[in-house]
Order: sequence, then C-alpha cells, then structure tokens
Amino acid sequence: MRVPIEWLSEYVELNLGVQELADKLALTGTEVERIERHGLSETDGFVVGKVLSREKHPDADRLSVCQVDVGEKVQIVCGAPNVDAGQTVGVARPGAVMPDGTKLKRAKLRGQESNGMILSERELEISQDHDGIMVLPDHLEPGTSLAEVLALSTDVLVLEITPNRPDCLGIYGVAREVAAATGAALKPPPWSEDPGSSGPLQGVEIVNQAGAELNPRFTARVFDGVQIGPSPLWLKARLMAAGQRPISNVVDITNYVMLVTGQPTHAFDLDRVAGAQLTVRRAGAGEQMVTLDGQERTLDPDVVLIDDAEGPTSIAGVMGGARSEVSAETTRVLFEAATWSGPNIHQTSWKLALHSEASTRFAKGLQPEQTLWAQALATQLLAQNAGATVRPGTIDIGAEPPAPVTLPLRAARIKKLIGTPVAEHRSVNILTALGFDVARTGEGLAVTVPAFRRADVTREVDLIEEVARLEVLQDLPATLPARHEAVGGLTERQRLVRRAADLLSAQGLHEVTGWSFAGPEQNQKLGLEHDAVQLRNPMSADQSQLRTTLLGSVLDIASHNVARGAETVRIFELGAVYKPEAVGSGKAEDTHLLALLTGAARPATWRDNQPPVADFYTAKGVVTALLDGLGVDYSLEAGRANGALHPGRSAILTAKSQRVGFVGELHPSVAAEWDIDQTVAVLAVNLDKLALPEVRRYRDLTSFPEVREDIAVLLDQSVTAAELVTTIRSAAGALLRDATVFDVYRDAERLGEGKQSLAVRLSFAAPDRTLTDEEVASKRAKIIDAVGKWHGGEIRG
Amino acid sequence: MIERIEELLAAGRAAIEQARDTAALEEVRIEYLGRKAELPNILRGVAELPPEQRGPTGRAANEARKALETEIDARSSKLAAAELEQRLIDDKIDVTLPGDPQPSIGRLHLLTQTRREIEDVFLGLGFQVKEGPELETVYYNFDALNHDPTHPARLETDTFYIGEDLVLRTHTSPMQVRAMLAQPPPIHIIVPGRVYRPDSDATHTPQFHQIEGLAIDEDITLADLKGTLLAAVKAIFGDEREIRLRPHFFPFTEPSVEVDVSCFNCTQGLLEDGSRCNLCKGTTWIEILGAGMVDPNVLGHVDYDTERYQGFAFGMGIERIAMLKHGVPDLRLLYDNDIRFLEQF
Repeated sequence: MRVPIEWLSEYVELNLGVQELADKLALTGTEVERIERHGLSETDGFVVGKVLSREKHPDADRLSVCQVDVGEKVQIVCGAPNVDAGQTVGVARPGAVMPDGTKLKRAKLRGQESNGMILSERELEISQDHDGIMVLPDHLEPGTSLAEVLALSTDVLVLEITPNRPDCLGIYGVAREVAAATGAALKPPPWSEDPGSSGPLQGVEIVNQAGAELNPRFTARVFDGVQIGPSPLWLKARLMAAGQRPISNVVDITNYVMLVTGQPTHAFDLDRVAGAQLTVRRAGAGEQMVTLDGQERTLDPDVVLIDDAEGPTSIAGVMGGARSEVSAETTRVLFEAATWSGPNIHQTSWKLALHSEASTRFAKGLQPEQTLWAQALATQLLAQNAGATVRPGTIDIGAEPPAPVTLPLRAARIKKLIGTPVAEHRSVNILTALGFDVARTGEGLAVTVPAFRRADVTREVDLIEEVARLEVLQDLPATLPARHEAVGGLTERQRLVRRAADLLSAQGLHEVTGWSFAGPEQNQKLGLEHDAVQLRNPMSADQSQLRTTLLGSVLDIASHNVARGAETVRIFELGAVYKPEAVGSGKAEDTHLLALLTGAARPATWRDNQPPVADFYTAKGVVTALLDGLGVDYSLEAGRANGALHPGRSAILTAKSQRVGFVGELHPSVAAEWDIDQTVAVLAVNLDKLALPEVRRYRDLTSFPEVREDIAVLLDQSVTAAELVTTIRSAAGALLRDATVFDVYRDAERLGEGKQSLAVRLSFAAPDRTLTDEEVASKRAKIIDAVGKWHGGEIRG
Repeated sequence: MIERIEELLAAGRAAIEQARDTAALEEVRIEYLGRKAELPNILRGVAELPPEQRGPTGRAANEARKALETEIDARSSKLAAAELEQRLIDDKIDVTLPGDPQPSIGRLHLLTQTRREIEDVFLGLGFQVKEGPELETVYYNFDALNHDPTHPARLETDTFYIGEDLVLRTHTSPMQVRAMLAQPPPIHIIVPGRVYRPDSDATHTPQFHQIEGLAIDEDITLADLKGTLLAAVKAIFGDEREIRLRPHFFPFTEPSVEVDVSCFNCTQGLLEDGSRCNLCKGTTWIEILGAGMVDPNVLGHVDYDTERYQGFAFGMGIERIAMLKHGVPDLRLLYDNDIRFLEQF
C-alpha cells in the first residue's frame, strides 16, 4: 500500500516529519516497508511560464524556438509538437534538478540558445505522457514557483497492511490510524458529502442470482453527459505517486476512489452494456471465457461472473471485461461498487492466477458500507472532472449491513492481560480516535465497533489490543512470570538424543542437516523397496516424497563434499524418517541416527602415510562407542539390513531382541551412484527403539587385582570370533571379567588350509578376593577344554 | 690352589678393565663367575679338599668372587651410564617434523548448537521441551489456531499437503494446542522442531526450524512475555541487548507483537568505518520473532476458562537466530553441509 504524504495530508493534519511518522506507525502496528520520494527532489528552478512566441528552429525540423515569460523573458528551444504561443506551461530553468538527478544547464541546440526546458508530464512524474508538453490553466502568473501550483514532489510511505486491517487499504483508513497514533486531528471523510441520491434508478436492471453470500451488496449509479478526457494534473500526480498509471478521467476516478476508500469500483460504458442489464451469477462447470489479457480460461461454479444480455462481461471482483470498458466515445457511465465474498475472491484469483489491486482488496474482506462511500466520492469527482451529471437514484441490492456491536471493556481486564494499568481516559481517547463510540458504564466502558472494524474487533480482547498497541506497548515493563508449580527440564529421551549426538561428535564426526524430502529415485538408487509418504503438492519431483531412510541425505552430503575435494568424510545426521504405514497414527516419524565414514580411518602422518581406510570395523568401532556410551545393551550379528549394504560386510544391531540398527559397508554400486569410488562405511540406529538406559549400579572393580592371560587358539576359519568368545565365557564363568580377540593370524602353509589362529586376552578377577594361580589355571584348563570340545580348537604355543 | 685363585682374580680384573660395553662385561661375568666358570667350581670343590686347605682356599675363592662381583657391578653401572648417555644422543629427533594429527573433534550442526543454546536458556527459565509430529492434521495446524477456513496460509501454495486433512506442519504452533489438551495449566513449554513451507529462494528453504514457546497460567501477562524474551535475548545475544515489542497480527494471538532486538553489530546504526550497518539497515533494531497473548479462541478450543487462564506464546526461527548470531550470510549454507562450513562452529 503506497500512501503519498501529500495525499494523506488532505485527511489528517500531520504534525511530524515523515521519518518520525513512519517510526510512529511502525511502533503502533502499521509496518512501514520504506519511505520513497516521488517526483522532484527539490523544486527550485521549476516555474510557471507563458509561451510568448514560437518559431520554427532554422536548422532543425522538429525543434521550435520559443520566447517564454518566466518572470523575465527567456529563449527556450523545445522539441514538443504541441508547443504554441499563448500556452501556460511548466518550465525548468538552468540549475533545476530533474527527478532522475540530472541538473539542467544552459545549452545551445543547433546553434540556438536554450535557457531551460518546457516540461512534459512524464518529466515531472505526473503521468507517463510524453507526447507533448504539459499545458497549465491560463490564469497562472508567469514566474510563480511551479510547486505552489502542482504537487511536484511527495514522500510516499510504502506500508505493509496486516490481513486484519483491510480498512487501511484506503488512504483515509491510514489517515485515521495516523491520527490515533500521533494525536493529529482527523478531517471528515471525503465521502461525507454525497451529491447523489438513493431511491430507484431508471434505465438499468441488475439481478443477483449468485446469492447474498457471494455478493452481499451491489450498488450502481448512472452518470450522463460524461466527457472522457485526461484527468486534471493534481489527480494524475496523486495516482502516479500511489503507483497507478493515469489513463483517462473516468478510469482514473475509479482508481482514485479505491485508493481513498479501499473499495474497488468499476465503470461500465452504459451504451455498451447489452440490454442495459447486469446479472451476477455463478459460472457453469467448464464454462470458457476469454479474459482481458487474451487468455481463454475454464471456469467452475465457484467463480462469480457478471453478465450483460450478451453474456459474461467480467469476473466479479477480479477482472473487468473489454466489451463494456469506457472509451473515448463513452458518454453514459454505469458506476458499480459491490461487495464480494473475500474467501471466494481469494480462491478465484489464485485459481485463475489473476491478481489485481481490486482482487487483493476484496480478498481481504471489505464491508458493505464502503460501497456507498465509494459512490459518494465518485459522484463528486465525476461531476468535477468529467462533466458528468448523476442520474437520480441508486441501485442497492443486498441485505442491511449487520447492526453495530457494542463490547464491554473492563480496566481490570486490561491490567490483568497486559500487566500494567491504563487510565480510563487514555483508553477512551484512543478508541475514539480509532473511530469507536465509547460510553462509560458502571463496570467500565461500552465500546461500539465501527463498520470498518467489524471483522477484526469482536471481543473485549480485541479492544485491549487496540489500547495496548497505541498506549502501552512502547513503555511496557518487563517482568518474569510467577513460577507456581512449573518445573523445567529435559526428558530422559531428550537427554538420550543429545548424548547420542555428543558421542558421535566426540569421535570426530560432524553433524549434518539434510532434507526431509526425497525423490522416488533415491530409494531406487539405494536398492530399497520402501513405500514413501507422498506430498500432494511437491515443489519438484526430487522433493515429492518424505525420506524413509537417512542414507540418501547423508550420501548426498558426503558426495557433495567428496566432489569438492574432501578426501575423508566423517559425518552423521540425526533426524526423522517417515513411515507411510503409520500416517494417521499420530506417530509417522521415527528419530534415526546415521553416520557415514569414508577415506582414512585416522589422519595420515609422515610416519604413517598410508593409514587404513575406514571400513566395516571403523564403523563398528564408532557404533560400539556410541551404544556403550548410551548404556545400551546390544548385540550384533552378521546380516544385511537392506539392499544398500555390502552382502558380506554388514551386520544387524539388536537390543532387547528388537532390531535397532545396522552397521556395514555400502554396496560399491550404491556408492558409485553417488560418485564415491572408495569404501563407504555406515552405521544407523533408530533412537526411538532404544530403551532408556537404566541407572548404572556400582561394581567393585578396584579392590582386588585382575589376572591377565593371553591364549592363542588354532581353529577352522568358519568359527567366528563371537562364537569363540562365547564358548570361553561360558567355560570360565563369572570369574572371567573380559575376553577380547586381539590378534587374527591366517597362513595356509604354517597353520593349514582353512585354519586361523585367534589370540584372546583374558582377564580374571573376583569381587571379594585376590585370585590364586590355581584358580586361574583351573579356569584356563576349562577354557582349553571347551574350545577343543566345541570348536576343535587347539591351544598354540 | 691359592695361586690359581689369585691368577683368576687378576685375569678377571684385567678382563673387567678391558670390557668396553655392558654386553662384553656380561661375557666376562659368565667367564669368571658363571655356572661353568673355574672360580665357582673351586668354591664348590672346597669340601673335597683336605681339611687344612679348606679354610684358606674357601676364604680366598670367596673373596675373589666377591671382589669380581663388586667390580663387575661397579664397571657395569659405569658402562650403562655411558651407554645411556650415548643412546640419548643417538635418539635425538627432528622436533620440527609435524606432530601426529589427532582425529578432530566433530561439531554439532550450527542449527543443533543454536537449538540447544535456546533450549538451555528456557530450561533455566523453568520451561520444558516438547516435540510434536511433523505430519500434522489440518485441525491442529490451522483450525485450532484460529485460522479461518479461508485463511491463505492453508492454500497449496503455502502448505505441503499429504492428504485432505494432513499437512507437513507449517509452524511449531500446533503443539500449543496438543500440550494444552494433554495437561492443565500451568504450562511452560518450548517446542523446537522442523517445519515446512513451499518456498525456495535466497531467504527461504522449504524446510526450516522453529522454536515455539507457550506459558499459560492464571496470571501470565504481556509484560511477562517481554521479561521472558528479554532474558532469553540477553542470554543468547549478550547482556547489553534490549528488546522492543511492535504490534503485529497473528491469527492465534491477541494482542500480537513482533519483537526486535537492539543491533549488536553497530553503534547507532553505523559501522566503525561510518557506513550504514547492513544487519539492522541503520535502524538499530533487528526483528527476531513473533509473539503475543494466546487468543481466547485458541484457549476455547481446549476448553480452558478464558476468564481464568491466559498466557503468552512466541515463535522464533532457529536459522534466523543462528545466522544473526554468527554472521552467516546465506541460509543455504546451513543446508549445503560443506565440511569446511560445519567445522567453523
């Protein structure tokens, strides 16, 4: 919403500079996007001139040499075709600064001296007219400053009007807000004088078939003797400053009226309204219509049309039709101001992708009273500026507008909600300035809501907001709430999630944040056959689903980094995956954690310049540290959790007999889909499936020493490390505190084909005594026995 | 026999003297005092000697052995010290070669760090952290938050739809209603989480993160909102910060405000070089969040007595706070996840 200060000041006695005014508005609820300057930056050097004589330039066909009285006689060379002796014109004298910033100089044009410039409207930003010079009324005195005659410059407030304040989509509404915010006096609305009359109107017929919900009010007047022509300069200048292009007086008046009142209007050429009748109706299903922009559009019954006897002329509230537009020949005007259903207009303009000044205003919801404001103001302006005579009567279809509502406003309630008291007379002043009627009652105030705030102010709290925003907010004290029983804290689950992230970052993994969106090809590339939640209105095909795994987003990010030269990538993501089968259950998301490692398992150095690359065991090490750190009891078994993984190098994580995740190397062909041609190790945990850690109980590990022993066992390669350790543990019983495989040796020549030697570090301890050599020896013997019995293993060396 | 012992002693002493290192000395020890050496043999054979020779021979042999032992030990520690000295000299290294790089500590994503920082501030103010579903019903996302049925935010241009009544939540506000349904007042919660809107340009991504706040009790006021946010802003942006409340409009709060924080990048809108501050655009204030008193219609949806209970709600963008605080110029950097970006924080 563009509000020229020059125009605004017609309705309110401004008492602040423009910047102060803008600040005041911003702090009372009207957002000011910016302040613009329209027209001249300074008006010095712009004067009224009288063309005394015009002669053809001796050396240029298109130029004229004029003698002009600008208070003194000067010679000016002019290129306009319409310049002539006797005209009163605007002149920019040498030294004047044009709106584009150029400073005018005395010049010679083809040998003829020129002391300034005779101005066109476009040069002054009054209109876009540049076909000729601007001709002023004759009575003006030459040499008078042009600024005294015309609004040559104004600051313009560019406002962002919140959706609850459609009343501020008109300049008078903004003026009322300015008055309330600054204490300035508001002048009566410009529509208070209505030269027209109510009662029946002859010569046109209007029918509303669409119903009062879609079209609550339809008003029309007829104007005879209309002379189409350009608008007066002041009107053009205001429209330009407000961002509207002047076209002709009647069209300009429809726009001007809208900009003042907020109510869009439409002028029909009555002689081109077939049958002199208009019918408001719903469009038929599939009905086709060519709109003003030349496009054929398919309509539906939610679109409201205005027909004349030959069919649709316009889409109500959205776009007029070409057939009955006013033109240079128009002499009789049917002037329409109607109220349309805001939601319906909103829907229609989105559906047809047609957005206009009118449709955006209607969409916000206008009040039926505004139609007659617009008729009154238009009637004044058409008479003054288009020679029009208003025909007696006004067509006015629609129910009586709702009666005004009166709301109570209790001082105690203001204090209770805001936290600070407001003196009653302050509330009265503010509400009165905003156009509310206020009466004092025994319990406080009785406040009657004006029509233009009807939709926004319906409850006491809405009145409190008005008082708060204008009176309290800028000096509001800052207090802290009383605590009562409220206690802050994280849940155990929230602490678990935080700890998981901390455990991974402590191992040198960076956290990443990927997209929840995925495309169908992502799971294809991963070899996953999950169904995914589909978006009905995605922004693009590759964001048309919600991810079912974090693998895709983490691989995207790994690939992005590898492509940019990262040799080692150690990252993890902690986020939701979405389960289509659970949509509607209220819990369609699981919180997953997925880490990816590729490149060196540890940093290369000058003495270890070929460190091993991250592989299955690196990832297993990470997940072990993670789950141990979280205090989760888990087990791991060989197995391929999904098709993205290497068939022989992946394992499934289980906790409390539930699958909770996996660890493994990526299938090389999957990694290749992401342009990574090295080993990629991943691990994933469904954090929602992890049981919360139990409170750890104390164990005495320090009072008595451990006895450590190493054994090496010769076994078939088919025996896994886990199987061996399990056998050892069950053979040794409770005194065996730990058993860890620390060496694997395979050599067909020395050990035999298919054989391996696993070396295990054993540590024995008892909680209540120091173990004797004999006790340890006996456990060792049992271990050797069991390993031989269950795995055919022999102890080496 | 005695002479032989003296010979051995003399020879042993000479050998000790000649031993150049501890290894050679060890050989000397074996030669003269080892199990098969002559001197110990003599000692062992003393018992077989005639009685009158036993005393002198035994004494002489024992003394010779002790003398050799003592001298070997003395020589040995001397040699060991010299050898250690030499080894330390030989062990000299080039201390200017690079040290072993340790695996660097990973970083939490800047959004997580910022989220935690905000959470921790509100935990300290007595708030609990709640999380709600990202797939949300139209009821909780719009209806219960007082958006009328034709509110433009409901359009497919503004909201991702999964089904007729199911959307990707467009804000964290639905949890206000869920939390109030789940428990009676007092309620003091914040709701961090991921939200979605179909927008993609330099300042919008279709997914982003918010933190909602809600405080409901019998006596929570707009002034309490200001005090709470002031405390949070000071904790996050520094103790010198001020805030101001500007009236605004949101469907689910009344009165509604936008909250500005005093600029931490400039003095009176100007940078040190005299140019206009690019953060606050010279206004000295930066908008950081929206807030207000919970609209009675929202409280009505959960059957709270609106004459008795009232409270405030606020919503802030985690991305915005992170970018402001750390001077990140482009939202998309947060989602590119370039390691060189992640490592900085």
